[in-house]
Amino acid sequence: MGPRMGLAKGDGRGAGGTGVTITAGTLDKRMSARDIVAQLSDGMTLGIGGWGPRRKPMALVREILRSDLKDLTVVAYGGADVGMLCAAGKVRKLVFAFVSLDAIPLEPWFRKSREAGAIDVLELDEGMFQWGLKAAAFGLPFLPTRVGLGTDLAELGGLRTVTSPYDDGETLIAMPALKLDAALIHVNRSDWRGNVQLLGADSYYDEWFARAADRTYVSCEELVDRIEDHYPDDAQAQAFERCFVSGVVEIPCGAHPGSMPPVYGWDSKAFRAYAEAARDPGDWAAVKDRFVGADEADYLKSFGGKEAVAALPLPIF
Amino acid sequence: MTDATLADLCIFAAAEAFRGNGEIIATGVGPIPRLGASLAKLTHSPELMMTDGEAYLVEQPVPLGPRGYDDRKKAGYLPFSRFFDSAVWTGRRHAMVTPTQIDRFGQINLSRLGGTHLHPKTQMLGVRGFPGNTIYHPNSFFFPQHSPRVFVPGEVDMISGVGYNPARRVPGGNFSGVALRRVITNLCVIDFGGRDHAMRVISLHPGITFDTVQAATGFALERLDHLPETAVPGADDLAVIAAMDPHGIRAGVFKDNPPARPAA
Repeated sequence: MGPRMGLAKGDGRGAGGTGVTITAGTLDKRMSARDIVAQLSDGMTLGIGGWGPRRKPMALVREILRSDLKDLTVVAYGGADVGMLCAAGKVRKLVFAFVSLDAIPLEPWFRKSREAGAIDVLELDEGMFQWGLKAAAFGLPFLPTRVGLGTDLAELGGLRTVTSPYDDGETLIAMPALKLDAALIHVNRSDWRGNVQLLGADSYYDEWFARAADRTYVSCEELVDRIEDHYPDDAQAQAFERCFVSGVVEIPCGAHPGSMPPVYGWDSKAFRAYAEAARDPGDWAAVKDRFVGADEADYLKSFGGKEAVAALPLPIF
Repeated sequence: MTDATLADLCIFAAAEAFRGNGEIIATGVGPIPRLGASLAKLTHSPELMMTDGEAYLVEQPVPLGPRGYDDRKKAGYLPFSRFFDSAVWTGRRHAMVTPTQIDRFGQINLSRLGGTHLHPKTQMLGVRGFPGNTIYHPNSFFFPQHSPRVFVPGEVDMISGVGYNPARRVPGGNFSGVALRRVITNLCVIDFGGRDHAMRVISLHPGITFDTVQAATGFALERLDHLPETAVPGADDLAVIAAMDPHGIRAGVFKDNPPARPAA
């Protein structure tokens, strides 16, 4: 069942599965993580917000790992999200500029996948990647850039050039739109209507993933009914508007083992265990349960619960 | 007489690369480049701008290693999106980084080694922001181990950063922003002041000969006719470096943390 896009009453849950209930003036986009993954389909192009090991929607990624979803084209500034999806054979093609866990610079499961020749790739510069998301958001076929000229990216990625129609006549790379069927983003707060707040020092490019996607699903550390009744002073932290949000689910610690500033840092111990597990023979099927769990409650418990995650110190650069 | 180490000498040389750059973002990735940028800002080039490595601009460079999360004093804000808009794509940045390979054209690689694009022998980070950095703003490099595996013959395995290779110049493209400045290694300092921007050795670290440098390089290097010795930092500079590296992380950059001037 999809999100309830109508105006909902009382506790906001519409009766039955019809999807729309009109009473009290609250758009209710609450869904379960399982509902969200059920909205995705094989072969989709899926954007994942965050940056490396930071503010990744890992709980939603784990839900994908518990599902049969496959043949994904994943578009991400990659961390363990990309590593795990590659390890599990969910990725047909990866659009990336890097995949890294920061403190562990080379993402071990991504490396295994690449060195086995298991995935197709479109490798991009971090900045031109952003250009692709912006082109998609604005409905443009491409945005012009100098980035990529003089490197191997254009030839390997099949990127074409355009010539400026003005007197300068400059040759530029036409960075194609990175149109996303869906995007997954983890935020600090949201209300039922999808009014999000991204706290912490940097929200990276989450807003452009949201705008580049047909549908964006948001997990959050804290869900409230009406954000204006709870956190009106933080309205500037709304990095993207609720028209870009199709569904929302509350999953505290949802970025673990990655960081979610300012609430918790990344879990170095968990990342080390994850990296160790990739060593030969490095069979994902044999270790998957440790890093995915039967469900989120089971997963969190195995890493010490909410209290342990809340105590993880923010990384210092 | 100083007790400067080779690490200190490289930091001092790195700081020189940032001298007189103006009000631009100085980025040093890794202990030596970062301490070099910090030393430059705290001594001869206070106009340099710098971040805390996360999202804030700081006027007091942050020291390396563990410290209180809120110890840094925020003077401004430069999250990733603004970093590209304000620093990278306006050319207002000079970055010093350590790629995996560099070739005689100054083309660099940190993406993958060997094999093919779809089946690399060794996957590394990916090109990160190097294609954009190298076509828009000045860049320098630091290599702790000068060897033919780093300074490769021919071209790098995947061109992740723009160099001065005429064969890679796309007709009509604007390459005016390409500015490779300095290469600092455990042996010497190099610039791109040779013929057609060829790499040219401009100083040798104490006790190192040009022949040693050439033997460790996979292509022919140019050189200054009279090669000076790379400057060794004095007591004042060493004090600044020590203050910016309170945990002594720089001591781990080179094996056995050798002195700047080898024992006779």
